[in-house]
Amino acid sequence: MTLLRVVGLTKKFGPHAVLRGIDLDVQPGERLAILGASGSGKSTLLRCLNFMEMPDSGTVMLDDKVVGRRESELVRVRQRIGMVFQQFNLFPHMTAIGNVMEGLRTVRRFPKAEARARAGKELARVGLADKAETYPAHLSGGQKQRVAIARALAMDPELLLFDEPTSALDPELVGEVLNVIRALAEEGRTMLLVTHELGFAYHVATRVIFLADGTIHEQGTPDEVLKHPTKERTRAFLARHKEFSL
Amino acid sequence: MRWDFASVFTNTDALLVGAIGTLHIFVICLVLGLSLGLVVGLGRYARTPWFRWPATAFVEFFRNTPVLVQILWFYFALPMLLPFEISPLAAASLGISLNSAAFSAEIYRGGIQSIEPGQWDGARALGMSWGQAMRRIILPQALKRMTPALTNRAIEIFKMSTLASAVAYVELLQQGKLIASLNYNPIEAYTTVAVIFFVFLWPMVQFTYLLERRLRRSE
Amino acid sequence: MSYRWDFTPVVTNAPLLAEGLVNTLKVTGVSLACGLVLGLALALMRLSRHRLASWPAGFVIEVFRTTPPLVQLFWFFFALPLIVGVEMTPFLAACVTFSIQSAAFFAEVFRAGIQSIERGQWDAARAIGMTHGQALQRIILPQAVKRMIPAFMERAIELMKTTTLVATIAYADLLFAANEVSQKSFRPLETYTVVALIYFFVIFLASQFARLLELRLARSGESTVH
Ligand SMILES: Nc1ncnc2c1ncn2[C@@H]1O[C@H](COP(=O)(O)OP(=O)(O)O)[C@@H](O)[C@H]1O
Ligand SMILES: [Mg+2]
Repeated sequence: MTLLRVVGLTKKFGPHAVLRGIDLDVQPGERLAILGASGSGKSTLLRCLNFMEMPDSGTVMLDDKVVGRRESELVRVRQRIGMVFQQFNLFPHMTAIGNVMEGLRTVRRFPKAEARARAGKELARVGLADKAETYPAHLSGGQKQRVAIARALAMDPELLLFDEPTSALDPELVGEVLNVIRALAEEGRTMLLVTHELGFAYHVATRVIFLADGTIHEQGTPDEVLKHPTKERTRAFLARHKEFSL
Repeated sequence: MRWDFASVFTNTDALLVGAIGTLHIFVICLVLGLSLGLVVGLGRYARTPWFRWPATAFVEFFRNTPVLVQILWFYFALPMLLPFEISPLAAASLGISLNSAAFSAEIYRGGIQSIEPGQWDGARALGMSWGQAMRRIILPQALKRMTPALTNRAIEIFKMSTLASAVAYVELLQQGKLIASLNYNPIEAYTTVAVIFFVFLWPMVQFTYLLERRLRRSE
Repeated sequence: MSYRWDFTPVVTNAPLLAEGLVNTLKVTGVSLACGLVLGLALALMRLSRHRLASWPAGFVIEVFRTTPPLVQLFWFFFALPLIVGVEMTPFLAACVTFSIQSAAFFAEVFRAGIQSIERGQWDAARAIGMTHGQALQRIILPQAVKRMIPAFMERAIELMKTTTLVATIAYADLLFAANEVSQKSFRPLETYTVVALIYFFVIFLASQFARLLELRLARSGESTVH
């Protein structure tokens, strides 16, 4: 069964066509790394998958069922897809555990004690059990992003979307976040990861996609795309990321 | 019920008199309020407590009492201390102007304080006196930032001018009252007055929004 | 100066003035409470994507912000009862007028506050499956309201000053009581002076409280939205 199937997805902002026909299949357990220049539509693609942006045309299917456009349906779909943002977007008026509990309490209607127990487990998984009562303002960037990952995990998502999860971090904090993501990969989680950490993508992804001109320009195994790209633009893009060591 | 605006339009001249009265008191209070406000605002910025304390007391008092109370005080209470009567226009103008002075003083003060200290230093370095620096360097820059707040004040003054009707000064609302009581048509009379004020004020409000947007973009 | 001050009539009529002050606070309190609720509703309508909601809200907000409060009060007291055919007491007219009027101002405060919250907060709320309403209630408003408190306080103080207008339609607020006492006693100077000082005292206290709150909030790192 295909977990996620995207057919002919397009998205315009005004006259500017950002996505011009994306076709994509994701099987359970797959880990896709999405590469592309800044502004090539990587974020837009992820946001269209959980309908934070409304696609202009095309279909998105989850478990072979087409996702409709009714708000009630979208709300349910978003619960099955976890998302982690570049800027963390933690809720500043809630503690770390409050952030993780929020979806369970408000959306899933868990009783408080149950939500707290579950949230505590997720925080422990990202190594932040001791920061449960800390407000985001007192957390480092890496800690914030780990709380954000715990918040997404608490909803038991079948699919995780990471949108440049380490791009806003100081270099010395990148590692702790990548380690958490690597652990999730080892659990066999299905994920789409937009990243500029090519080395990480090479080792963790099962498939790499290079986005250009609003389409999937090239895709294949990490070895194919990152080491032996066939397209000129992919090569040019990789050349610009010289620090990438496999 | 039937709306009958004809009974209002036969009294156009009364409304016209009212409109002139409104504009009259508006201009008086605008000029007095904003210029006195500048004096008080500079006073609050002065080094000597002899200026600063009275200016502060003035601002605090007039910002923290309702204008209508001030108008009635000038109209009913003040004449007890004076050998002459106070006209409705004088009482209302005093109340509104002093209130506006207190509010605009804060605008001037905030505007002046928002200018970076480097500007003062630059002016001083050229050998300017405090007054010269203020007049030639600081105020022109501050004024630009203060414009939206000042036009907002002007709008408030225009609205406050209706309070003059409480001491029977002849302005638009007062004339509306008159028309309503003569023709038993309060719906039409007060609706017309409301529409007239809206027509006067709406462009001013839109202009202020425009200034605010432009200022925000230029900062 | 030959004038001989005499405050005895003011003192004997203190209960009347006290009652007036209570009535002033009553109108202020009711209008504030209704104005906040209505103001939030107006702000949400104004921010709505549906024109059927946003345009009427915009119209109400613009009209009540750009016409003089006294004209509004007269309209609601003298004109509205004839249109809808109900008795209008001065108290009711005052509450209706000042509720809608402050709602119009509060709506803009709410709107600015809501819009000041970064888009990422909406994103994160929706990404965990919240509906628009849940996101607003749980994530956006709690943050926005904190930033709006100084503007709210300022507006509440303005409202208290504006309530003096009810004296012109014979509601027995503090100013109206002053008028009565001064006519009874022929002591307008003493009466109006005392009443002006009472207003000053009450409003000054409220202003100081607002300032303190603003300082406290500024220190806790939340910026203010005006
Ligand atoms: N909400 C929006 N409104 C208008 N234009 C947008 C919006 N979001 C993204 N864009 C534009 O779409 C293009 C792709 O953006 P994005 O998906 O964020 O790219 P990436 O994540 O690959 O850097 C950019 O040109 C960006 O300016
Ligand atoms: Mg992006």
